[in-house]
Amino acid sequence: MFNKATLKMQQLLWLLLSLSITFTVYTFNLNNWVPAFFVFFATWRYLIEKKHWPFPKLWLRLPITFAGGLAVLATYGSLFGRDASLALFAVMISLKLLETKSKRDFIIMVILGYFLTVNTLLFTQAIWVILTITLALVGLTACLIVTSHAGSTYSDAENLFTWKAQAKLAGHLLLQAVPIMLVLFVLFPRIPGPIWGIPQDAYSGMTGLSDSMEPGNISQLSLSSKIAFRAEFKSAIPPNNQLYWRGPVLWHQTGRSWHISSEKLDIPVESLETSGPATDYTITLEPHNRNWLLMLDLPTNLPANAVVKHDMQVVSKEPVRTRIRYDGRSYLHYQLGVKLSDYERTLSLQLLDDENPKTRQLAAKWVSEHKSPTDIIQAALTMFIEQPFVYTLAPPRLGREPVDDFLFNTKRGFCEHYASSFVYLMRAAGIPARIVTGYQGGELNPNGHYLIVRQSDAHAWAEVWLADQGWVRVDPTSAVSPNRIESGIASALPDSNLLPMLSRQDYPFLKKLYLNWDSINNGWNQWVLGYDQQKQLDLLKKIISDKIVWEDIGLILVLVLITLMAIISYFLLRNKAIVLDPIKKVYLQFLNKLEKTGLKKLAYEGVTDFSKRAAKKLPEQASEIVAISELFSSSQYAKQGEALIENKRTLTLLKQLVKNFKIKRLNQMQQKINDF
Amino acid sequence: MQNITNAIIAKASEVILGKEQQIKLALACILARGHLLIEDLPGMGKTTLAHTLAQVLGLQFQRVQFTSDLLPADILGVSVYDRNAASFKFHPGPVFTNVLLADEINRATPKTQSALLEVMEEAQVTIDAMTHQLPQPFFVIATQNPSSQIGTFPLPESQLDRFLMRISLGYPNAASEQQLLKNNGGREQLANIRPVIDSEQLQTLQAICHNIHVSDELLDYLQTILKYTRQSTAFNAGLSPRAGLSIKQCAQAWAMIAGRDHVIPEDIQAILPSVAGHRLVSNTGIQSSENSISNLLKAVAIP
Repeated sequence: MFNKATLKMQQLLWLLLSLSITFTVYTFNLNNWVPAFFVFFATWRYLIEKKHWPFPKLWLRLPITFAGGLAVLATYGSLFGRDASLALFAVMISLKLLETKSKRDFIIMVILGYFLTVNTLLFTQAIWVILTITLALVGLTACLIVTSHAGSTYSDAENLFTWKAQAKLAGHLLLQAVPIMLVLFVLFPRIPGPIWGIPQDAYSGMTGLSDSMEPGNISQLSLSSKIAFRAEFKSAIPPNNQLYWRGPVLWHQTGRSWHISSEKLDIPVESLETSGPATDYTITLEPHNRNWLLMLDLPTNLPANAVVKHDMQVVSKEPVRTRIRYDGRSYLHYQLGVKLSDYERTLSLQLLDDENPKTRQLAAKWVSEHKSPTDIIQAALTMFIEQPFVYTLAPPRLGREPVDDFLFNTKRGFCEHYASSFVYLMRAAGIPARIVTGYQGGELNPNGHYLIVRQSDAHAWAEVWLADQGWVRVDPTSAVSPNRIESGIASALPDSNLLPMLSRQDYPFLKKLYLNWDSINNGWNQWVLGYDQQKQLDLLKKIISDKIVWEDIGLILVLVLITLMAIISYFLLRNKAIVLDPIKKVYLQFLNKLEKTGLKKLAYEGVTDFSKRAAKKLPEQASEIVAISELFSSSQYAKQGEALIENKRTLTLLKQLVKNFKIKRLNQMQQKINDF
Repeated sequence: MQNITNAIIAKASEVILGKEQQIKLALACILARGHLLIEDLPGMGKTTLAHTLAQVLGLQFQRVQFTSDLLPADILGVSVYDRNAASFKFHPGPVFTNVLLADEINRATPKTQSALLEVMEEAQVTIDAMTHQLPQPFFVIATQNPSSQIGTFPLPESQLDRFLMRISLGYPNAASEQQLLKNNGGREQLANIRPVIDSEQLQTLQAICHNIHVSDELLDYLQTILKYTRQSTAFNAGLSPRAGLSIKQCAQAWAMIAGRDHVIPEDIQAILPSVAGHRLVSNTGIQSSENSISNLLKAVAIP
């Protein structure tokens, strides 16, 4: 029943409910005290309404407000930037609850609520976030509905007193906005890159390979189940032991760490000869805030906006800060850099002096024992196989001479230990060598026929240069743990507890569920989030014409919106109720026929009066007009007997009459007489 | 049924020349069991119309000329002491009849007017704690001069509401007037006129009228009209639910006269000026003219 107090309560609860949903999303992104802060003030506001507590006075509100601001400052060290300013906004919204009383206050709160809710998208645009904030938007709209109806005296407002009715109307309102949303989504001109600057802290927390490698880097990365990229293959997927995704190539050795060669791009690229079939694929790369574009060893094409460095590493001109998609074509069989330039030779033999004496001794011993570099390589691999080397994610810390310590002492390490010590050995033995980092393998998602490559698939391997053969890939990790390369990291590590759950091999059901979910996510990324300028242009070219250019899209958008608005306004301004009664529909057809002769039934004109007027103008058809009108009039106003049967009979008869009714052309003479 | 109503109208038209529409409206008012107010200038045939109707319908007829010194007892009746019976004896006034013609009702004082209007409402007279029933059917046809004339007590709105319809006659057209001048005003015809029905038949007709079908669609239309008068700024106050009921009853009678067993929107449109005209006060303070009613009708679409 109508009750002002209930209505006020509903209004408040809608607001608190939807804000709670929004704050739930924020628990993943903002410091946890912010949502807790909201819960406290929301509860307070609820009790004010429920127990009729007084609203807090200004002397209390003012200090709380300052304290809230200071708390944000203390937590984030600033009031600016994405995280800090959103936290401040969220805190102030929570406080605003304490002075939300009047209709105007509620309207302001709803609008602020919309803004806060939509801002969750600055952090992530995953499907679950979209679904969750849609709920919050429905709730806010319902609050708006209750607010606008609170003072209404219309009896219609009584239909809106239940939660269900309010939610339903809010849902309807939002659904009605869907066509316009779709038009804007498809047609709003996409501009590559953000239009406005997003604060730098927005890119924190992106993980990926770095441009240097220290023992421990990659094993740290391997603990993350975050997705690095997805690769869709157009041709057959190569076997796991061929899936080397090339990332940064490291040349410089400085003590513990290895670095990329230089940022210079004018060094000639190594020569590449390919053979065998090509492998075509499309990569959707997650943002990692660096320039690397990962490609399968070895690519022959370049994605847009990218360059290749002399060591065949593909980099983009801009750091990858949004999810991007590019095509690749690679050959698994190749000969790379048969002629070694002086620059590269120097670089690939570089070692810091006076380090790791034991390792140098070992290398010198091998050089004296073996004649060809191939034998030396074999000797190194044999050492890894025969001696008790262990592949583990939790290697012990290495001492002052890291390579010596690893090779002769701990013998426990991850791929970066093996790759770096191997390259060190080779260089000490005078064989040009370098470290390649990247990803190895990937998980096949059978639902979408694509590979999911995670940070846990990060890997490091070596390339050595041999005369006649050029750069040859040698993966010392495969000597220690063949499983890592053949079937992925999960099978290579016995102590799988350390690995993220989704990379493990137990729980097949969970795994399957996860793979299904990932293929949905992949579709979402490709078609919704990845809908960029290129896709938009492609789509419009397919639909409209090949000649469309970027500038036309705005025009198309305006035209489509105008058309849409025109259609909606036509239905609104036509001021005709939608006719559901079939008898009325048939009668309307009859009226439409008459309208062509200029005879229009006026809104206030009765059926019988109109039929008299029409009969006078069309005397030849007077009897038909009168018959139809009388039938319709009596169906509307006369007493109905067996309602159903009678109605049906009337309808059939009326349909027949209206169907046969055709306007006969009056000759001009008659027309004149009639007009007279 | 239509034959009967047509015969009544035809007979009355022999006396009241060229006023078929007004005769029909008056008949509709009687069929809907309402009282009729005829407003026009003196000498337009108001009394003749009332008299003719009573004759044609075979009803007892009494006429009271209202004047400023007329007292309630003059129309209701009076108790007189009877010396032989040693008691008071009630002498019924002219109100004890089927049709009471209250001529120039607005010349009487409000006291007398309200005495009559009470009788109209209750159809009985109470004097000295004795209640006397009036004969059935009973209705009042009152005539009045336009209130702008000198020496009148205009009826207040609350009492105007007691009359189901208010009509006016207007000047006759040339042909009718010539005829009228020829036969000396038709007084002779009036004297010779024969009733078409009797009072019992009239009651049957009234019962039939009561049962004329009104569909929900039509009620929608009626309600839209009522709502419009309540929301429009053109009127001081909207039509009351009683006015709505009156409109419905008159529309039923109008449909019956047209020979239909159901009401159509045109019926409402036809009777609305007569039924709503004296109940609606336009914002300018004058009672609404036919013009503003037809504007109203044009503003309301038939659903």
